[in-house]
Amino acid sequence: MTEQQGSGDTITGAQSLVRSLEAAGVTDIFGIPGGAILPAYDPLMDSSIRHILVRHEQGAGHAAQGYAAASGRVGVCMATSGPGATNLVTPLADAHMDSVPMVAVTGQVGAAMIGTDAFQEADIRGITMPITKHNFLVTDPAEIPTKIAEAFHLASTGRPGPVLVDVAKSALQASTTFDWPRELNLPGYRPVTRPHAKQIREAARLLLESRKPVLYVGGGTIRSGASKELMILAELTGIPVVTTLMARGAFPDSHPQHLGMPGMHGTVAAVAALQKSDLIVSLGARFDDRVTGNLDSFAPGAKVIHADIDPAEIGKNRHADVPIVGDVREVLIDLITTIRTEYDAGNSGDYEGWVAFCAGVKKQYPLGYETPAGGALAPQYVIERLGLLSGPETIYTAGVGQHQMWAAHFVRYERPNTWLNSGGLGTMGYAVPAAMGAKVAMPDQTVWAIDGDGCFQMTNQELATCAINDIPIKVAVINNESLGMVRQWQTLFYNERYSNTDLHSKRIPDFVKLADAYGCVGLACESPGDVDATIQKAMEINDVPVVVDFRVHRDAMVWPMVAAGTSNDEIKYARDLAPQFDEDDL
Amino acid sequence: MAKHTLSVLVEDKPGVLARIAGLFSRRGFNIESLAVGPTEHPEISRMTIVVNVESSPLEQVTKQLNKLVEVIKIVELDPNSSVNRELVLVKVGATADNRSQVLDVVQLFRAKVIDVSSDAITMQIVGNVDKIGDFLRVLEPFGIRELVQSGMVAIGRGPRSISERSKPIAVPVAPPAG
Repeated sequence: MTEQQGSGDTITGAQSLVRSLEAAGVTDIFGIPGGAILPAYDPLMDSSIRHILVRHEQGAGHAAQGYAAASGRVGVCMATSGPGATNLVTPLADAHMDSVPMVAVTGQVGAAMIGTDAFQEADIRGITMPITKHNFLVTDPAEIPTKIAEAFHLASTGRPGPVLVDVAKSALQASTTFDWPRELNLPGYRPVTRPHAKQIREAARLLLESRKPVLYVGGGTIRSGASKELMILAELTGIPVVTTLMARGAFPDSHPQHLGMPGMHGTVAAVAALQKSDLIVSLGARFDDRVTGNLDSFAPGAKVIHADIDPAEIGKNRHADVPIVGDVREVLIDLITTIRTEYDAGNSGDYEGWVAFCAGVKKQYPLGYETPAGGALAPQYVIERLGLLSGPETIYTAGVGQHQMWAAHFVRYERPNTWLNSGGLGTMGYAVPAAMGAKVAMPDQTVWAIDGDGCFQMTNQELATCAINDIPIKVAVINNESLGMVRQWQTLFYNERYSNTDLHSKRIPDFVKLADAYGCVGLACESPGDVDATIQKAMEINDVPVVVDFRVHRDAMVWPMVAAGTSNDEIKYARDLAPQFDEDDL
Repeated sequence: MAKHTLSVLVEDKPGVLARIAGLFSRRGFNIESLAVGPTEHPEISRMTIVVNVESSPLEQVTKQLNKLVEVIKIVELDPNSSVNRELVLVKVGATADNRSQVLDVVQLFRAKVIDVSSDAITMQIVGNVDKIGDFLRVLEPFGIRELVQSGMVAIGRGPRSISERSKPIAVPVAPPAG
């Protein structure tokens, strides 16, 4: 069994829980108390842990995600049983899809009441089984320290993810002793982080043989902290790089080898590079449908080297010619060593024609947008200026939809962990609470939430939390008074029949007044000439949160675009405009 | 589509069956048969799961199963080098007139009578899928009144054991922070 260390004093389960969280290194928790978790909130008052009282448990969950994604530390949220716990379902599912290390602690009704449909009872362990990396129900107070230690270990190692610990109120109230385990016994959990040498050699061989390789960089590269190594490999070989939505910032946008983001709304260069490549080197990416489009016609001529810490991702959607199970950083370190040896021996890759082709496409089809007539404000312009004025040290979060895609494209990311968004689950409402969490984790960095007017109205109650707890985030509401992405699809695929996408949010609510009501500074901007001054003004306010209502024109669309279910070869640079490639360049 | 028999060693913890059943259903894998029981190690249970899938989804099944923290080991049993058995309890109508015919069938299949009443006989049979199928077909004309069947259990032939334990690797925990 596990050896333990502790004081041996008799304490309550609740005290043991708080001591366990302290022992795990927790400094911040986002949560809301309620009946079943109430015993834990009493010792929390005397703890060194800062508890931030949010306004909705979903906010606590996304804040824990933002905290984790910005800092790499495990984010922690806490809620009571029943509705408190079910309100965490969305952030848990989100964290599960995007591999965010997070621990959720929930109260449960007393052990004797479990299964009786007691007041505020929900089987949150059963509910969250498919959306957590693992979860526990603790009814024995003696188990609390071990389960908390296991939860943090599971959340932060291997492929990171959310872990839920549901603690019965009776266990919190019972007497126990605090014994922090010295070691954990998890016989079924052995993540492989070191790549197999044979696979590395095989990968190096394929890389040197290929003529049209692409480094396809996914969120795993960020989670493993492998940006430095990625840069070394990229510059050693000169191979073009694409970074997925989850990997924006893993490789600097200013780097000439960077082709941008691939996928449904990817750059023409990134999409074309993958489609026409003869070798895809996937680093912590998972061939998501938003990246591949129609799978059968995705990168038809490419072999695949697939490196991922999760063996189940390898070969799930696309056959891997060289599967490599391992932590992306360790994979890169070994790959660099092997390839450098080959280069030193005079065996370098010949990618000259390919690199020129990719650079040509990038130059010919840069990211762009139309400036609307009549002096209306272009959403892309707002985001572009925001990125330039606030700079690459800033942490940007986004909701989901058009503004998210524009924020992914038009902010120039130079550093990992500066772009936080809901990629896999696509959770509207992620931006504000995630920004709050990021700001708590990284108080010295400016944090901008780039949000849509639809998303903003889903979770903006956390502005109160930010204002009261001195968490001065900044929110840019890209207000096109619509559910913009849905509207875009209605424009393109539903004959401009705009069913239920008009939010009227230039009229109701008044975002400036709303900000004011929440103790934040509210600003508004609707002409291009005022954008810079408004952003500057928002940047100068650092004692309270700021909300800027950027009233943009509603017909802007996200381009490029690959229509859902079609081949990436069908990418449109703008409406009815397909890019032309000079295949002779290849 | 082909049938595959997986032996899955799991930690004997509450909820582990729900985790596995839930995984199969949400990933769209069809369980044909499932049997769970203890092993020679008190803290480990063994599940025998028969799935009907193509070989490449089977790889996904095992990889996804392996991700479950409480799953210790998965072995696919080769039908040529393993033995599998199911247990069936079946009740058929049998009066004094035809009871001896039923008993002939019982003997023929090396089944066993476990209960007799004036107009029915209850039998048990242990065997592989084919034998049980044949047995039930022969009993059909007598009128099957009730039937209950276990999931399949299976074990590899030869001296090796899949549950021989490698020493579990303990994970060191950082001492309490602060």
